Amino acid sequence: MRVVVWISEDTWEACVDWARALVPEGADVTLLHVAPADVEELAAHPGARLLGRHPPPPPGPPVRAIADEEAQALLESARSRFARPAHTMARRGRVEREVVRACAGADLLVLARDGELRLGPKSIGPRTRFPLDHAPCQVLLVWPEEPPGIETIPPPPRPKRH
Amino acid sequence: MSEAVALVVLAACLAAAVTRPSWAPDWTVAAGGAVLLVVVGIISVKGAREALGQLGPTVGFLAALLVLADGCRRAGMFDALGAWMAVGSRGQPRRLLAMVFLAAAVTTAVLSLDATVVLLTPIVFATAARLRTNARPHVYACTHLANSASLLLPVSNLTNLLAFRASGLSFARFGSLMLLPWLVALAVEWLVLSRAFAGDLRRPGLRAAAAVDRPELPTFPLAVVGLTLVGFALSSLIGIAPVWVATAGAVAMVVRERPDPSGALRAAEPAFLVFVLGLGIIVQAASQHGLSTAVDALLPHGTALPDLLLVAVVSAAVANLLNNLPATLIILPVAAVSGPGAVLAMLVGVNVGPNLTYVGSLATLLWRRIVHAHDHETDMGEFTRLGLLTVPAALVACTVSLWLALQVI
Repeated sequence: MRVVVWISEDTWEACVDWARALVPEGADVTLLHVAPADVEELAAHPGARLLGRHPPPPPGPPVRAIADEEAQALLESARSRFARPAHTMARRGRVEREVVRACAGADLLVLARDGELRLGPKSIGPRTRFPLDHAPCQVLLVWPEEPPGIETIPPPPRPKRH
Repeated sequence: MSEAVALVVLAACLAAAVTRPSWAPDWTVAAGGAVLLVVVGIISVKGAREALGQLGPTVGFLAALLVLADGCRRAGMFDALGAWMAVGSRGQPRRLLAMVFLAAAVTTAVLSLDATVVLLTPIVFATAARLRTNARPHVYACTHLANSASLLLPVSNLTNLLAFRASGLSFARFGSLMLLPWLVALAVEWLVLSRAFAGDLRRPGLRAAAAVDRPELPTFPLAVVGLTLVGFALSSLIGIAPVWVATAGAVAMVVRERPDPSGALRAAEPAFLVFVLGLGIIVQAASQHGLSTAVDALLPHGTALPDLLLVAVVSAAVANLLNNLPATLIILPVAAVSGPGAVLAMLVGVNVGPNLTYVGSLATLLWRRIVHAHDHETDMGEFTRLGLLTVPAALVACTVSLWLALQVI
């Protein structure tokens, strides 16, 4: 069984914990992190926005190096929390599509809701919605923290009056 | 014929700035184009000298501000800002966004849009990454505020510096008229961005900010920037042009930080200054040969609220077609005839409008689409969608608040 666990900054702990609880021992587990290329582009090439300006790059590690270093550190944290053998994979690009690509040939994708903490479609943001809808495998969708109570269910829609 | 030649030279200059060919740097195209227009007599030597005379002090002012901002970077002010944002976030992404707003708004207002884009944005990215939170809301906010928070002071944007000179306003009056529009722009950005990223910002408990060392307060650059601001505010009272205040601040930073001479020269970006001067002469030539008449027909000439709104919208549109610097050079002489109200409304348009795209203008974006059609072009759809939400709202709200300020102050 091949399992991909999506490690994103804000929700990784829940994904790791539920993968450890539910994925059978011996499964081939990959912890996946995807760096958002668009955000890096905005931070790394600011001069592109300024007509006629060619500012020298500021000293210090470039944005890409910081992003890589933090992604590796995050994946290592996830691996030690998982406390079982696992591969790590760091990708870069359009986050939601890279997650789907990384699922090719996998049996299960573990990911977390990243929206509001109440029952309903708003509990899933656009970057989670896409892999949820397009994953070419089974999906385990977890709440990033204690799930909200049943009382947060939206009221039934009113019947339309004619 | 003269009109066509001037427009072709202008187009070539903008094309070089947007496409950045290695064989023809934009500043050489701007300078060469300006010289060509003088040589063929499309603009007289006297006309070119006049344009240089008008732009010279502004370009000097810009150079001083660039050196001042670079000195602040050398003195560690932006690293300290990053640490201050991390500590101030207290582990809450929403608080971090508030800190980013504060840092970006003040940096932009005081040290200009360029400082926020070039020096602060990478720091914001690194800060969010090290706190292990999604950097997207914070980097987007920083990128947006570089434009929309550049309304406040004449020094906040090169467009403002150009308009400041033409408006005849004092530094203090410029700032007091633009205070309300600036606050309104910040409010619109906060409402839209904090709602758009509500999910990302909700999660508590970033990696302990305690891991970040409490920053040492960079007292010298803060004192220099503070005194420079006070000098700006008092400049008209004591009869000193603000450019000298900025120069004093820049000199103080250079004396203190002692960068190698080539470093100090690079900080002033001489190529960019030449580009601005060349572009100024080219636009002046085009304006004398019909461009000014065309703009005049497009812009209203009153200062009632609908007039100001139209000025802002037209300016935002031109800024998106040509970039905000040429847009300002083209529209400013026409807007200035209607008085400072119209000039400030133009600034609302050219400063807020570029947030529609991440490259500052639709023209640049389209060009990149064409050039990079087969590359892995970064997808900026989300940035554009947020721009579509903030730009129209900010344009209207800022112009209405400017109109209010003009009635009261």
